[in-house]
Amino acid sequence: MKRLLLTCLALVCACQMIFAQSAAAQAPGPLQTVLQAHAKDVAKPSRKTIQPVIDAIVASGLEPVPGFLSAWADKSVWQRKEDGLFFIGEEVAKRTYALTDVDSGAVVAEVAKKELKQLKPNSGVRGLIATALVQFQLSDPNPETRAAALLAIERAPGAALLAPLRASIPAEADPVLLARKTRIERLLTIGYDEDTAARVAAIEEMSGDLGVDVRAALNPLVARKLNVATELPEGENIADILIPGEGDLTVEAAYDLLVAAEGVPPRTTPEMIKAVLADNINGGFVAGVPVAQFTDLQTRLSAYAKLAAAGQAPGLVNDAEVQSALDLHVFYETYAEPNAAVTTAAEAALSSISTRVGLNQSLDLGLDAISLASIYFLAAIGLAITFGLMGVINMAHGEFIMMGAYTGYVVQQVIPNHTASIIVAIPLAFAVTFAAGVAMERLVIRHLYNRPLETLLATFGISIALQQLAKNIFGTQARPLTAPGWLDGAWAINDVVSISYIRIAIFVLALIFLAVFLFIMNRSRLGLETRAVTQNPRMAAAMGINPERVNMLTFGLGSGIAGIAGVAIGLYAKVTSELGSDYIVQSFMTVVVGGVGNIWGALLGAGMIGTLQKGIEWLNPSNTLAAQTYMIIFIIIFIQFRPRGIIALKGRAAGD
Amino acid sequence: MSRSFIAKNPSVLVFLAGLALFTLLVTVFSEGFGVGGLSTSFVKTLGKTLCLCLVAIAMDLIWGYCGILSLGHFAFFGLGGYMVGMWLMYARTEIIVEGALAQGAIPPTSQEVIDGIGTQIFGVVGSSEFPSIWAFSDSLILQLMMVVLVPGLLALIFGWLAFRSRVTGVYLSILTQAMTLALALYLFQNDSGLRGNNGLSGLQNLPGVSASQDVVSIWFLWASAFALGAGYVLAAFVVSGKFGSVIRGIRDNEARVRFLGYPVESFKLMLFTLTAMIAAIAGALYYPQAGIINPAEIAPIASIYLAVWVAIGGRGRLYGAVLGAAFVSLVSTWFTGGQAPDINLGFYTIQWVDWWQVILGLSFVFVTLYAPKGIGGLFDLIKTGEKS
Amino acid sequence: MSMNTLLEVSGVSVSFDGFKAINNLSFQIAPAELRAVIGPNGAGKTTFMDIVTGKTKPDEGRVLWGEKSISLLSMNEAAIARAGVGRKFQKPTVFEDQTVSENLMMALSADRGWWSVLWFRPKAENRDRVAELAEEVGLLDQLPRLAGELSHGQKQWLEIGMLLAQEPRLLLVDEPAAGMTPEEREHTTDLLVEVAKTRAVVVVEHDMEFVRRLNCKVTVLHEGSVLAEGGLDHVTADPQVIDVYLGR
Repeated sequence: MKRLLLTCLALVCACQMIFAQSAAAQAPGPLQTVLQAHAKDVAKPSRKTIQPVIDAIVASGLEPVPGFLSAWADKSVWQRKEDGLFFIGEEVAKRTYALTDVDSGAVVAEVAKKELKQLKPNSGVRGLIATALVQFQLSDPNPETRAAALLAIERAPGAALLAPLRASIPAEADPVLLARKTRIERLLTIGYDEDTAARVAAIEEMSGDLGVDVRAALNPLVARKLNVATELPEGENIADILIPGEGDLTVEAAYDLLVAAEGVPPRTTPEMIKAVLADNINGGFVAGVPVAQFTDLQTRLSAYAKLAAAGQAPGLVNDAEVQSALDLHVFYETYAEPNAAVTTAAEAALSSISTRVGLNQSLDLGLDAISLASIYFLAAIGLAITFGLMGVINMAHGEFIMMGAYTGYVVQQVIPNHTASIIVAIPLAFAVTFAAGVAMERLVIRHLYNRPLETLLATFGISIALQQLAKNIFGTQARPLTAPGWLDGAWAINDVVSISYIRIAIFVLALIFLAVFLFIMNRSRLGLETRAVTQNPRMAAAMGINPERVNMLTFGLGSGIAGIAGVAIGLYAKVTSELGSDYIVQSFMTVVVGGVGNIWGALLGAGMIGTLQKGIEWLNPSNTLAAQTYMIIFIIIFIQFRPRGIIALKGRAAGD
Repeated sequence: MSRSFIAKNPSVLVFLAGLALFTLLVTVFSEGFGVGGLSTSFVKTLGKTLCLCLVAIAMDLIWGYCGILSLGHFAFFGLGGYMVGMWLMYARTEIIVEGALAQGAIPPTSQEVIDGIGTQIFGVVGSSEFPSIWAFSDSLILQLMMVVLVPGLLALIFGWLAFRSRVTGVYLSILTQAMTLALALYLFQNDSGLRGNNGLSGLQNLPGVSASQDVVSIWFLWASAFALGAGYVLAAFVVSGKFGSVIRGIRDNEARVRFLGYPVESFKLMLFTLTAMIAAIAGALYYPQAGIINPAEIAPIASIYLAVWVAIGGRGRLYGAVLGAAFVSLVSTWFTGGQAPDINLGFYTIQWVDWWQVILGLSFVFVTLYAPKGIGGLFDLIKTGEKS
Repeated sequence: MSMNTLLEVSGVSVSFDGFKAINNLSFQIAPAELRAVIGPNGAGKTTFMDIVTGKTKPDEGRVLWGEKSISLLSMNEAAIARAGVGRKFQKPTVFEDQTVSENLMMALSADRGWWSVLWFRPKAENRDRVAELAEEVGLLDQLPRLAGELSHGQKQWLEIGMLLAQEPRLLLVDEPAAGMTPEEREHTTDLLVEVAKTRAVVVVEHDMEFVRRLNCKVTVLHEGSVLAEGGLDHVTADPQVIDVYLGR
């Protein structure tokens, strides 16, 4: 009995040993089994054939699948030539690899490289593997991996991803990722869910959403394809029936479609007739008609008809025949998505989205207009002082703006830090253009008060000289004036409405200018004296104000502000010697349209011109040049009705 | 315009005689008709200068006499060039296209010829269709009428709007500048129907004329001289007598003229339109000599230069405008053409191409400040010198 | 409007930025009458003339002209001038760059359309008329001189001459005596009295002595409306007028 027992024990041990041995050497693990079932495709994968293999691997539901898939994609899976088994290999010594079992994860052997064959899936296959991996990554403990997986889904959505995505949602702890998952789940549902009701529900749910991704999910559903048939087919999701010659479908396009679809003979074009006639010239005649007579289309036609009748040319397919061929057919558009309920819901959702997009685009346009208006206001505010208050036409005002911008550029050459350089550049630009303005007032304008046309001409001369001078110093190419890093980027309110920080900064700067202007004019001594001198210079002089000094300082102030505006505009536009002349006409328009002598007028003028220009650009987006043309024409007409501008000074104060 | 008018204005006779002498001298020394000595390109420059003198006279009429500083008259000049350029380009391309199509086995239909011309002319802006504004381009007579009608009508509409709303002085100047800018920007578009910024080119080749440029340049010199002479006489007639009194009155005190009962607006409108037409005729003669016209020619700066010429020559006197335009444009050509020798200062080389603009701008400031009568003012000095 | 009224202004008001320059003003003048308008600064004298000549459009009221009672409000300055309203400004405004004879020739009554002006060449009768006018205002020997070279008084005279050359039915004369010598003033008074025999003349004047010499009906304006009207002695006795003139 004891012996028997020992024998049995020995047997069991032996069996166990045999079993263990075979497990290591012969009996493959469950994943290996799956792999071996598709060994050929796994070893030499191609994008076309690999999907069922990947599906089978994933469907096995085995624990080591994700590890294997990522190793496979990383090209670290090797096949042992001896028995065709797959292992994850790692180079441990030169030309020697440690093989890890795909199931157990244990190192089973170290083998020389020559006995192995590396699996090198191409990028297409790797993409498919990555997609398959996504569902595992969705529940990965590392949030970054989960985020990467979501990004992968967004890039390559597919029906297969819907179920794993849904499965991963309840366990998601991160609120941001949860929101993203939910959103993507909705979008995938729209595209791939098998249940129509669920899709329609998802479409309706997202129909108020402005995201580009929603439109990207909906648009493919309602993509249309033009078809032709003798009768309208049953069971297709038909979007529209088209009649050739009406709407977007031309007769020519319809017939060309028919030619392509049913092989009917193509239309006989004048070029074809000409070519056929040229091929059949016989001693200066074609079918008995002298070649010289072919300056007439009718003659060509009749000659061609004769050729066709003689069988020397294909029969003439004229308009009547084209029309009768078209009449026998029906042209219709089908949706890419066969399910009518889904397409109907998608169309409705898209139309509701496009309404909202339109509304938001108007908002965006409004923001654009405001930012353009702030630029015009900045360019014009100095002019509102020199021209509006003092009545001095300074055509070199634009060149002062340019000088400010170049000052900013030069400062940036010296101080590389962008923030510091802008902080230095603004007062320096003011100082430079203030000095230039004072010099110009002393040397030129002082002698020309009350001779506005002469002032205009003399300052033109200065403008020409300054512009060329800038060209001589800085060259003709644009110089960069770089904004500080914290002004990069844009404030995006949603996918439609966004505004760049630099424009916000310019808007804020315009507000600051307005405040400074109001403060100087209404609260400071200079403002008081300026108003006194502009209203009645002799009386002001009698009160002990020195009008010359006041004029000089006021002009300097206006010019200095132009310099600061130059820095701001330089950040937004390119700095060239023509920078100023680009703005001068608009600046004058701003002041004239708004009403001379009134800062609020300049503000309204800038607002009106900015809005107008953006509005016209919106109506005709392809052509900003035309927008400017129409804007100027509008202004000329506007001045008919309000010759003194929006805010008009009435009566004697306005002067004549 | 009676004979007595010219007899009463000896300065007009002096000018006409001088112009005739100049034209004859140039002809005598030309390559085409004379003994040589003046290159054909220089003859063209002189012919163009005569056209510039004519537009300067128009500018002087409207600004020097009537006080309207128009910054739009060079736009009318350019429009005139465009109008004549349309016919030149159409007719010449027609000859080329007909020649090319005649090479084919089958003679072309008229539609094929027109399509061919369209492709040739508008291919550069990606089109082959003739825009409707080219409707008359196949007829020289109609297109020549367009030379005065189109700028005239534009001036009439613009002037009516501007004068009616009593826009005066610098406001009007800025408004005319805006008009010029609008027109230039419009023409810069590819779908303006006038080939966008390519403009119209090859205008120096007269269709159906086999004569060489040496000869054609003299034809145009004579035509320009004739136009200038006629323009001078017309302008002298307009500014003489009561009409001249009224427009100078408008310049000096518009309100006073109005209280005298004169419809100031219609005087201004008439003069604005007339001078626009004169400018357009000058442009129509200028651009066939220049060979090319593009929207850059119309840019506001060109009209400003026109004002510069008249101011430097001396506004309010016709010969002043002529002198200013001739002097400044010829000197400009000389400096910017690279003919003026550069001055090497050792540490810096003064290149006139770069510095001429600066000098011109500053000299303009100088003239405005210290010599408001311009070059013409020198004649006053001589006259007063003779008297004393 | 009676047959004997050339100009009737009634119920006219105008305000500039809230300030009422003219307030419910009414005024009438006969075809051949001399009238002096007096009033302190800011009484609305110049604005009144601006309204009649079309330079300023009133907010309300009527301005009727001539036998047919045409409204002047719908006409522009030039049309009103052609209808027969002549105006002389306070500051002499003549065309300084042109000769005296050119100034007078321009003012001479004739077709004002640009076409006929363009072809206008002075005939003997026009030159005679210019000489006649120049003689009347004492500038006969100054005809070829530039107006800008004249003395202040001569410019005033030239402007009066131009006004007469227009042959207006109504003359609005703003402070004609300003800057004139006593002899010139006397001459001016005589001329205005003479002219007023055939047409209506409204003289705006500060100088009471001058007004007294005109010896005509006086209208006193104050704060944009008529304060008193009548003979000079009558209005100067009016306590309100005294208050306005002396009270401040």
